[in-house]
This record gives sequence, structure tokens and C-alpha cells, in this order.
Amino acid sequence: MSVAAKDTTSKAQVKTLDAFSLAKDLIGSAIITMLILTPIVALKTTMAQGVLFISGRWILAAELTAAVVIGRLLIHLYAWYKSHAEANAIAPSKPMIKAASLSDTYGKYVAPALLVFALLLPVLSYASPWGEKRTVDLAIYILTYIMLGWGLNVVVGLAGLLDLGYVAFYAIGAYAYALLSTVLLPYLFGPGVLPWAFYITLPLSGLLAATWGIILGFPVLRLRGDYLAIVTLAFGEMIRLVLINWFSLTNGPQGIIVPKATFFGLPFKDEAGSFSAFFNIPYDRIHFYFFLYYLILTLALITYFVTKRLRRLPIGRAWEALREDEIACRSLGINTTTTKLTAFATGAMFGGFAGSFFAARQGFVSPESFVYIESALILAIVVLGGLGSQIGIVFSAIAIMGSFEIFREMDFMKAILPTGTEPIQFRMLAVGLAMVLMMRFRPRGFVTKRQPTVFLKEKKSISGDMVAEGHG
Amino acid sequence: MHDWSVNPELEVQHLTMRFGGLTAIGDLSFNAGRKQITALIGPNGAGKTTVFNCITGFYKPTEGMIKLNHADGTEFLLERMDDFIITQKAKVARTFQNIRLFSGMTLLENLMVAQHNVLMKASNYTIGGILGSGRFKRAENEAIERSKYWLDKVNLTKRADDAAGDLPYGAQRRLEIARAMCTEPRLLCLDEPAAGLNPRESDELNQLLLSIRDDHNMAILLIEHDMSVVMGISDHIVVLDYGRKIADGTPAQIKTDPAVIRAYLGVEEDEAPADIITEATGVKSVSAPVAAKPAPVIVEPVVVAAPAKKPAVKKPAPAKKPPAKKGGRK
Repeated sequence: MSVAAKDTTSKAQVKTLDAFSLAKDLIGSAIITMLILTPIVALKTTMAQGVLFISGRWILAAELTAAVVIGRLLIHLYAWYKSHAEANAIAPSKPMIKAASLSDTYGKYVAPALLVFALLLPVLSYASPWGEKRTVDLAIYILTYIMLGWGLNVVVGLAGLLDLGYVAFYAIGAYAYALLSTVLLPYLFGPGVLPWAFYITLPLSGLLAATWGIILGFPVLRLRGDYLAIVTLAFGEMIRLVLINWFSLTNGPQGIIVPKATFFGLPFKDEAGSFSAFFNIPYDRIHFYFFLYYLILTLALITYFVTKRLRRLPIGRAWEALREDEIACRSLGINTTTTKLTAFATGAMFGGFAGSFFAARQGFVSPESFVYIESALILAIVVLGGLGSQIGIVFSAIAIMGSFEIFREMDFMKAILPTGTEPIQFRMLAVGLAMVLMMRFRPRGFVTKRQPTVFLKEKKSISGDMVAEGHG
Repeated sequence: MHDWSVNPELEVQHLTMRFGGLTAIGDLSFNAGRKQITALIGPNGAGKTTVFNCITGFYKPTEGMIKLNHADGTEFLLERMDDFIITQKAKVARTFQNIRLFSGMTLLENLMVAQHNVLMKASNYTIGGILGSGRFKRAENEAIERSKYWLDKVNLTKRADDAAGDLPYGAQRRLEIARAMCTEPRLLCLDEPAAGLNPRESDELNQLLLSIRDDHNMAILLIEHDMSVVMGISDHIVVLDYGRKIADGTPAQIKTDPAVIRAYLGVEEDEAPADIITEATGVKSVSAPVAAKPAPVIVEPVVVAAPAKKPAVKKPAPAKKPPAKKGGRK
């Protein structure tokens, strides 16, 4: 930074905190607020025995006015503080460079550290204030969404195709498990197959979901951007409505009770021939949770490593090239149709796996679990994580899904919330607010840099400003 | 009989492209010779890029035939093929007027994407790649070697690991040519490769294109406004105006062609065609020797595409602008 540049900033931007003008501004805003609030808050009409009364709520209006004034004061203080901080900073660019190199240096340790933490989590859960069962259950829940995020990342993050109906593939996976394990497998192999149902149907449900990914992909190939988003949204709803209304097959809204996952044929029950009996340990329901945890961890890691690998293969590069420029792709002899379809199919396949796990965990599936908001949440996880970034998705899934759980704990919030409401009811509001703030301050998500898939001399991460977001 | 008439790489016959009522190209026929640089020139809006889009399959022509003959005798009817198949099978590569790089990917990645089809096959359509087959590893190393070769050729090896979007304009143009060459084409179509380049850069471009032609035995089809490139390196020039071919010949022939001069500089309403021809011959006598040099400093009438120079060439009435009919266009 040159001296001249610094001088101009200090001259132009340092604000003085003049008490008189500040007071004038605060009183002005108080008056305006009162004027606005008087008709809409302070004067309340009430009906009593057919007569209309006007009752005053002046205290509430005064409280709100005070809030506005305090907020206004904080804004002034912030602006004052910021202009001073900028003027006083000798070389404002220095800490920025340092931060960037910090993330570059330690960035590569994040993934292994997370993996070690994930592997040890069941042990660590005994130290959790929530108790091991609830902690592991929450971890399973979050890992399911991480896996879904990684799956959707192929479609949205890599190929740049906006998919608002991803939950459809999750539903297809879950119902594939439900129908195969309760109807088809017992019919073909007798009831003895039931403990093994999960291991047989898991790959099948992935394949089925991938097939549906291709079936969805075909008609929407010509669509881009908003149009693609709308059609995928419709597809998600269609699947759900079919599940509700095709009563003879899916049992409609009542859902299907399905066998839970087993430890390679050994059920988690307090009986002979179960997991605890086989290993000769006392029965404890926590075993089932630990097993599920490691199961979803394995599935998620498979998703992680396969998508990571795919990114370095020609198909993955073609996906990213498709996101960058579809016409250039075609000019290089890339069949964009099959490239898009493989992206859809791969993403759908992982969604199918996750759905199958979901059913085996719950022991019950119903269309209620596959509503649009699930798609939106998964998409929010991908966008918040940073498009195309796998590690970012881990953090955003923990942030979004974990925050829901924190809302359950906030009993103290009841003091300020209207009576009869629970803090948990405000979770979507908070997530929405968090998204707005995120898009304001970190529009490219947590991880804004793209790692190249191949390099000659030095692996340099690419700034997010260069990377296209895809056109649908 | 010109050498592009016998056994040409590309034959365009009676090509017509209509958009609704607008005829962008009308009954255009020309050949592009083997191991030759064919330039397609004409004023703005003459339909040059439309011809490119027809050849590379981005448009389906309304009428006509576009035939590509490989040296081994294989023939491809391009008007019947999809755009990506044309690159894949018929081996035609192109660049774009407004550069279309994968700007968020590194230079090396850009060139690797161009070798997608070879690598896909080597990775057994991804399955072998996921399992880490040796065949794929070898193919990938070969692809990296080829990328290195072309990066070196366009003088961008130092920046191989930078984002393509970070490159300056001229380098982006060169990278786009390198990327097209990585598809191992037989015919390379370049849409204004010298646009926005400074004289030194466009001179380097000339050397690059000549080397592609001579060292790689390539046919190059070129759209260009920069006459130092067109006249310097082309073996054959086709001139379009309003979607129709108005001239076809060697650079020396094109320079003196009255129709070309009329299209580029416009005609005064009261000027008889005879006058123009005299004018053209007059200019020709001055400029012909200069143009014969390999990298000429251009004084051609055709060169004077920039409107500012027009009065200087049009000697009789410098103040008068050419009539809007044709002269208004570059």
C-alpha cells in the first residue's frame, strides 16, 4: 500500500463521533419510529360485546422504539469503529495474505482430522453432555445429510445442474429397500432372507435410483437454469404424490414397516441368535446405534472417495467443464448428453444408498419423510459448503443439522418467545437468516477455492471468482 | 486449376443457411486444401461465423453439402453429423470469436478436457479409472505429455497450473488454439484468432499457425479481420459479402479483385465500376511487391478495414464518406 493511498483513506473515511449530530439523528429516528408505530402497534382495536374499543399499547411501542434507537446507535458506533480501524491499519492487506496462506498450509490436515474424529466419535460420545445415545443418533442424522450433500454435489457442484428434487432419489432408495425387503425378497427366497435384506437391497436401491436419475435426466436435458430447477422440483413432488396415492403398492400415507438393519444377519435384539448373544455380551440398545453409525460412516466415506476419484477422471473433468462452458465442451467432442446423464445418475445413486440406509435405520418409511423441504435443506448444505467442495459440505451439514438440535436445547429462549411456542419452531427462520447472512458475507460458501484435478509443478487452488456456477 | 481444387480437405457445396426470412449464407461453394491455410474474410455480418457454425455442426444448414475428406480416404458429410461427433469422428476442431475457455480450470486441465474421448476409452468408460487400471494411468500420462507439448508450443508452460481465466487476452487466444489442437484434429477452424492481439502477438500467431500447418500437416480454416495475418500466411482466400462468395483465390488475386474492394471500401453512387478498377489497379501497383514479403507491413486497400483510414485511401473526396449501402461497414 502506498502512503498516498493510505492518506486519502484516512482523510476521506475517518468519521468523527459528533455528539450533537448523533443525538439529532437518534431523536429523529425515534420520532419517525413512533410515528410509524402509533397506528400499527400502539393503537389496538378490540371488540368487546359488539363494541369496538381502542386500547393503547404504548409501552410496547416505546420498547420497539428503544430497540430501533439502540440499533441505530450501534450502526453509528460500528461505522465509526470501522473507519478508525481502517485508518489505523498500517498494511491492511497483510493479515489477509496471512489468513489465506494459513488455510492453504493447514487445509490439508482438515480432512484427516475430521476422519479421526469421526472414527472415534462413539467413544467420545460417552463424554457428551447429551448422553451417548442421543449424540450418536445426532451424528448418524448429520452423516446421512453429509452423504446426501456429497451425492448432490456431483450434480450441482460439479456438473452445475440445479436439482431441486434430489429428495426423490432419497425416497426411491428408501422405498426400494422397503418394497424389496418386505415383498420381493421374501417372495423369492422365503422369510429366512430378511436379516440379510439390507445387504442385498442396498446395491439394488442405488441402481434403481440411478435408473430413475437417467429417466429424469432424459426429458430435462434441453432445459437450463430456472427451467431445469422447476422440472426437478416437480419430479420430487411427483414421486412423493405417487407414493401417497399408489395405495396398493406403497400403503399410501400410512407407510411401510420394514426390517431394520442387521449386523451381517445378526439382529440387534434381546434374544437368542442376536448380535449380543453371538458375541456373548449383555444386550444394549446402544450397539444398534454404534453399528448404524459405522454403517453410515462407511457409506459416506465410499461416497466421498468415489466422488473424489471421479473428479480426477475424465468424466469428472467433463462435468466441471460442462459447468464452465457447455458449448466449448461440445466443440471438444464431449457428448454433453451422456455427461449430464452420468452426473444425474451418479448423484441419484448416492441418494438411493442414503435412502436405503434411512429406511433400514428407521424401520419405517412413509412419504412424509420426503417432502420438498428436505431437497431444499440438502441443496442449502451444498451451497453453504461451497459449490464443488466436499469438506465444506461437512461443515455446512454440521452447522445446519446441528443447529436444529441446538434449538431443542434452548429452553431459556422461552422467556422471550410468545407463549405456547417452542424454540424449535424457529429453526427454519434461523437457518433462513443464516443463509441470508452467509450469502451477504461469503457468497461462495464456506470453501471458496477450487482444487485443480491435475497439475504439472505446483498445485495452486483457484479462486472462486474464476469458477463458474453453472447455468443449469 | 488451383491446388485446393484437387483432393481438398474440405468441400463446401451450395451451402445455404436461412434464419426465417434472412439468408445468412446463400449458395456458397468453396474448398479448403490439404495442408493449406484457407482464410474466410468479408465485412462484418457477411456470414463468416455462420459458415463456421455450419461446418462444426452448431447449425444445421438449410441446403447444401459439407464434405470432409481425410487423407486416408474416409469421407464425412458434416451437415448430417452432431457437433460433438464432428470433433470426435471427423476430427474438426474450432475456436470461438469470443473466447470460450474453462476459466475456472487450470491451463493443463483445459487441455486435458480436450482429450476427453481418448481418456474415456482408456479408462474403460470410468470403470477402469475408478479401479486404477494401468492402461488409464498410461493414457493419462500420454495426455499430460501432449498437453505439455502444446503448452510449450504456445509458450504457456510457465502458467500451466494457473486458472485459465487469469491469463491475459492474447494468451487466452493461444490457449484456445492449443486446446483445439489437443483434440488431434485434421481441420482446424479458427474464428478471429488475432482479434485483440498486438502486432508482436499477431506475428507470433502467424508463426504458430504456419508451424501447425507445416509440422502437423494440418488444414486450417481461418476467419480474420487482421490483414497482416490473412495476407501473411494464407494460401487461399475466400471473400464473403452478404452471405455470398464474391471472390476466391490466392492472396495476390484477392488484393486486386474489384468486387472485394467494392465490398470493403464501398462505392460512390456516381462512380462507374470502371473507375474502381482503375483505382484498384493503381493501388495494386504500389502495394503488390510489399505484399509478396512473408510478414508484410500492410498497405493493402483491403487492409484498411479501420474506418479512420478510409479517407486517406479514397483519394478523390476525402471529406465524403462512402455511401451507407456498403461502405458503412468495416
